Amino acid sequence: MTTTEKPAADNGVDVPFLLGARTALTDEPAGAQFQWRAETEWVKGTHSRGTVKTFFGLGEEQEHTSSFTFDADHPLQFSSEDHGATPVEIVLVALGACLTAGVASVSQLREIQLRSVKATITGEHDLLGILGADPEVPNRFKGIKVHYDIDADATPDEIAAVVAQSQKRSAVYDCLTSPVAVEVEVN
Amino acid sequence: MLRVGAVVIGAGHSGLAVSRHLAERGVDHVLLERSEVASSWRSQRWDSLRLLTPNWLSRLPGYAYRGDDPDGYMSAPQVAAFIEGYAKESAAPVRANTTVTAVRRTDDGYVVETDQETWRARTVVVAAGGASIPSTPELRRGLPAGIEQRAAGGSTPDLPAYRSPADLPQGGVLVVGPSASGIQIAQEVHASGRPVTLAVGEHVRMPRTYRGLDVLWWMDATGLFDDRYDEIPDLLRARVLPSMQLIGSPERATLDLNTLSHAGIRLVGRLAGVRDGVAQLSGSLPNVCTLADLKMKRLLKGFDEWAEAAGAEQTAGLPPGEPMTPTVVPAAPQELDLRSGEYRTVIWATGLQPDFGFLGELPVFDRKGRVRHDGGVVPACPGLYVIGLPFLRRRKSTLIDGAGADAADVTAHLVGHLG
Repeated sequence: MTTTEKPAADNGVDVPFLLGARTALTDEPAGAQFQWRAETEWVKGTHSRGTVKTFFGLGEEQEHTSSFTFDADHPLQFSSEDHGATPVEIVLVALGACLTAGVASVSQLREIQLRSVKATITGEHDLLGILGADPEVPNRFKGIKVHYDIDADATPDEIAAVVAQSQKRSAVYDCLTSPVAVEVEVN
Repeated sequence: MLRVGAVVIGAGHSGLAVSRHLAERGVDHVLLERSEVASSWRSQRWDSLRLLTPNWLSRLPGYAYRGDDPDGYMSAPQVAAFIEGYAKESAAPVRANTTVTAVRRTDDGYVVETDQETWRARTVVVAAGGASIPSTPELRRGLPAGIEQRAAGGSTPDLPAYRSPADLPQGGVLVVGPSASGIQIAQEVHASGRPVTLAVGEHVRMPRTYRGLDVLWWMDATGLFDDRYDEIPDLLRARVLPSMQLIGSPERATLDLNTLSHAGIRLVGRLAGVRDGVAQLSGSLPNVCTLADLKMKRLLKGFDEWAEAAGAEQTAGLPPGEPMTPTVVPAAPQELDLRSGEYRTVIWATGLQPDFGFLGELPVFDRKGRVRHDGGVVPACPGLYVIGLPFLRRRKSTLIDGAGADAADVTAHLVGHLG
């Protein structure tokens, strides 16, 4: 017997778990209150090392399976030693990672099989701002562009809808597009 | 104390539809109305407002539009007269100018306290309206002094209702919210000569007509309006969906963001914050426009698919679908300085919410202050019902045309409860 039914999409995202979490946390909203943490230690010059190990969520202390480190520095062009990506590049990496996780999850939910997904993220930045050379230029990016190349079992409109929905549900996208209060204190 | 089988709170189209069904089933009841029949249509809406639904779609149990303009859209006073006609024709037992102050439980039902008589009933149907008071974000408090504020619909003691452009000071106007009310008000305020900026978050883009027919004809004919609350995948989302970008104008014009941009209205991102008198705007404008374009395309494609199959007979001879023009997203600033004098008024077109304060003593609210109900049946309080809320039982639950089916279901349950 032959069957023409296409196999269920598998992008490696546990959608039933996520939908279950949504229901459970709606009923127990306290569990949805998370705190994400990073520690940054100065190494030398503009080089620092960030470490991510613990977080709080689901009502208790949580821990990653291992500790992750992120070297950040400035490039040789800034007369630095280039031990890692610049912090602004890490922001682009975070945006790409967040949106791409969303693309995988939304595709899974909509039963779209992904074959390849590649995002190219660019941030336009006028350094006169951070150098203090022109007070009218802000420190932040002038704008960010994300370009997706996606190969999937879906129409172009369906893929566009997945990418749009991923932006709608992305934490990093929202952090970058809307203001977040930042408080910095010293011991 | 007066005693009835059912007290219906509110004599708008929903309450009157319930009354009609109760009468048919022989349930003695009374409708308590804080003002007059259909009062919110008289006092709580702006002057030029027309219904978004065409006249032929104004159907209630045993009553319908009978005028000579089935494809037109009623003005607010016409809606009030239409509903008043229904109340008269049904001989609905309305107690006008009776404000309910509290609903309490008793051993065998409820006591309904009002500023007039007190009523005892085994059942209570709350039909007080889902759109009574403006729903505005907390950041409203952060606007600089000197900026006038209005609500697109409804009012509170510190937020007057928008009536017409003539009531606004000269100078720039920021309209917050791109749904039906926001885009309509933006358009007419702009036409009055005041520069208008529209803050655009998520929205539901909609053409007024498709293939020559009102878009609501398609929704009605395809059965989309009959989608049930217990069958759709994401009910929470469906219940908070913004209203469709529509206007009921005699020329059946489409009013969308492209129309507004073209007229010279400035589109900016969603109002995300106010800091030191500066409005902070989200950078999500391109995506909310993309989302709305894609959804509208899917909707129209669904209409075409239906027209080719189940709807072939009803759509024979219709012209083909018009191609959709993508929303042109302008370069938008991330900030607006509200202290500069450029802006004099902010109009909040951020939605409306019910005013169910009189239920305060009953354990019916969720953590966001919404009544917990299952298709209008309130599980925590047997014998208590709500009606006229978004997607109560069907997609059309808040339309005049949706009241009949919901009222029939709710009344059937109520009669079962009475035993």
